[in-house]
Amino acid sequence: MSLDITMTGFVALYIFMLAAFAGWVVIGNVPAILHTPLMSGSNFVHGIVVVGGLFALFNASTHLEQAIGFFAVLLGAGNAAGGYAVTDRMLAMFKTSDAKPKGAHAHGHAHVHHLKKKS
Amino acid sequence: MMILASQIVIGAADLCAAFLFMFGLKRMSSPATAPSGIRFAGVGMIAAVLASFLYLLTVEPAARPHMLVNIGLAVTALLIGGVGAWFVGRKVAVTAMPQMVAIYNGMGGGAAGSIAAVELFGGRAQGATQLVVTLLGGLIGAVSLSGSVIAWAKLDSVIKQPLRLKGQQFANMAVMLATLAVGGVILAAALGVGGLLLPTSTWIWIFFGLALLFGVLMTLPIGGADMPVVISVYNAFTGLAVGLEGFVLQNPALMIAGMVVGAAGLLLTVIMAKAMNRSISNVLFTNFGETAKAKPGAIQGSERPEEASDAAIKMRYASSVIIVPGYGLAAAHAQQKLFEFVKLLVAAKVSVKFAIHPVAGRMPGQMDVLLAEAGVPYDMIFQLDDINDDFATTDVALIIGANDVVNPAARTDKSSPIFGMPILNADKAKQVYVIKRGQGKGYSGIVNALFYSPNCNMVYGDAQAVLVKMIEAVRGLGAAAA
Repeated sequence: MSLDITMTGFVALYIFMLAAFAGWVVIGNVPAILHTPLMSGSNFVHGIVVVGGLFALFNASTHLEQAIGFFAVLLGAGNAAGGYAVTDRMLAMFKTSDAKPKGAHAHGHAHVHHLKKKS
Repeated sequence: MMILASQIVIGAADLCAAFLFMFGLKRMSSPATAPSGIRFAGVGMIAAVLASFLYLLTVEPAARPHMLVNIGLAVTALLIGGVGAWFVGRKVAVTAMPQMVAIYNGMGGGAAGSIAAVELFGGRAQGATQLVVTLLGGLIGAVSLSGSVIAWAKLDSVIKQPLRLKGQQFANMAVMLATLAVGGVILAAALGVGGLLLPTSTWIWIFFGLALLFGVLMTLPIGGADMPVVISVYNAFTGLAVGLEGFVLQNPALMIAGMVVGAAGLLLTVIMAKAMNRSISNVLFTNFGETAKAKPGAIQGSERPEEASDAAIKMRYASSVIIVPGYGLAAAHAQQKLFEFVKLLVAAKVSVKFAIHPVAGRMPGQMDVLLAEAGVPYDMIFQLDDINDDFATTDVALIIGANDVVNPAARTDKSSPIFGMPILNADKAKQVYVIKRGQGKGYSGIVNALFYSPNCNMVYGDAQAVLVKMIEAVRGLGAAAA
């Protein structure tokens, strides 16, 4: 028994077609307010290319292949880690009126009191 | 047995990753579930990367003697790339998000291009289909890399002016055709037909060199306000390149993830281009600035300046205010001060809403993120179609560092280069205040008729400085009342 996956010709095209449709539909539902996190989130998702980079580097047998493979993994890892970091940071910022960040409100009031005392 | 087990683990991990990516992106359709979405996708990524080390069990015989070196290189690259990008991504200012997204995107394109290069130099791609897909993925990946680097340099103000040369479109076309021709030579050589002047490896270098050059040439002439389209296009490019290399490596996780991102990037590109009433090719291949020569003297009257404090007090006693932020807000880093001012208005029972144009800022949704960072709750933020009818019944529209997205010429002046672009109807408010650095024109060089209309007053100055004055004015009022 072999678990080798071979996707040739039309099977590959079917996968591409279905994935493209799924991407279009899933992304089509994202509201405009989330377009930046969505973009950097999908940016993170294509960081999966690092897996391909690792495969290429592990199979490298010349110095040139090793150098380019190293470059591929370096860039792929940067893509994945950086994409995750900025997306996660941005998403944590979105709040509703009910859940305002604590510091902001208290800060405003403190200022008002301060000014009142002065005058 | 070991090999079969490793195949099962890799296959299962990649399947999980593909599922978690889709599931995570799906959860991104609401601000409430979005933070968990990216975490699901993150788990998938870690699983896939860890499992990929099992590829070591099935490496090619030629690579076996190099295994330890290769592992060392892999771990080093993962650590440097991953940790470096992580810390930069954590620390960078939110106003600098567009250039960070551009550079991380370019990295992905570069990785896809590099994979193609390894496959080509190693002579691994066999048969016409594989070769064509490898070359195509390599080409798109390389263009995405160099194009994104240029986009980053523009967004980060390393490159300050769009660079436009005579006959640039012709040169771009020539470079593109040359790249394709060299790709054809590589293909012919690998299939054993056609005489070659140079060794194949030299042709491969030329191929990638030309592709990188094309990315640079294509991006240099594009202006700042078109950046939302450019970033979306390169996002789609990188996704496509990753998907194609996934096919070459016979890795379905790469194929699915790449294609999903490719489709997502394409969709965003279409949305952005629509919001500017321009076709995608118009943004990429024509130089906006050249067509944007406004006729002087077409507008009567003059701009009327107003003191920040007077404008602030007027807003304090208004019953409704709509704020239109633009790139100028980000450039002045004034988002915190803006929300401080808004909180004072809200405390005084003024109804305040934010109106966001789809292409405000330098990337899709940049204004939303900027306001979110300042703490503005997202139920105060409205998009173009949802708020445009409200301006007519609003007391004050406050425009901060936005220009073309509120230019009524887009509605009325057929000769205007932005004619037909959907705009925010800020001019319909009873009173309009515009916070602006000086009397300059917008990015497109078009005079904004709104600034001269009788219901509009200009508050000149840096957005942050103006907002500080506005806050003081309203606070002073509160203190006097108490």
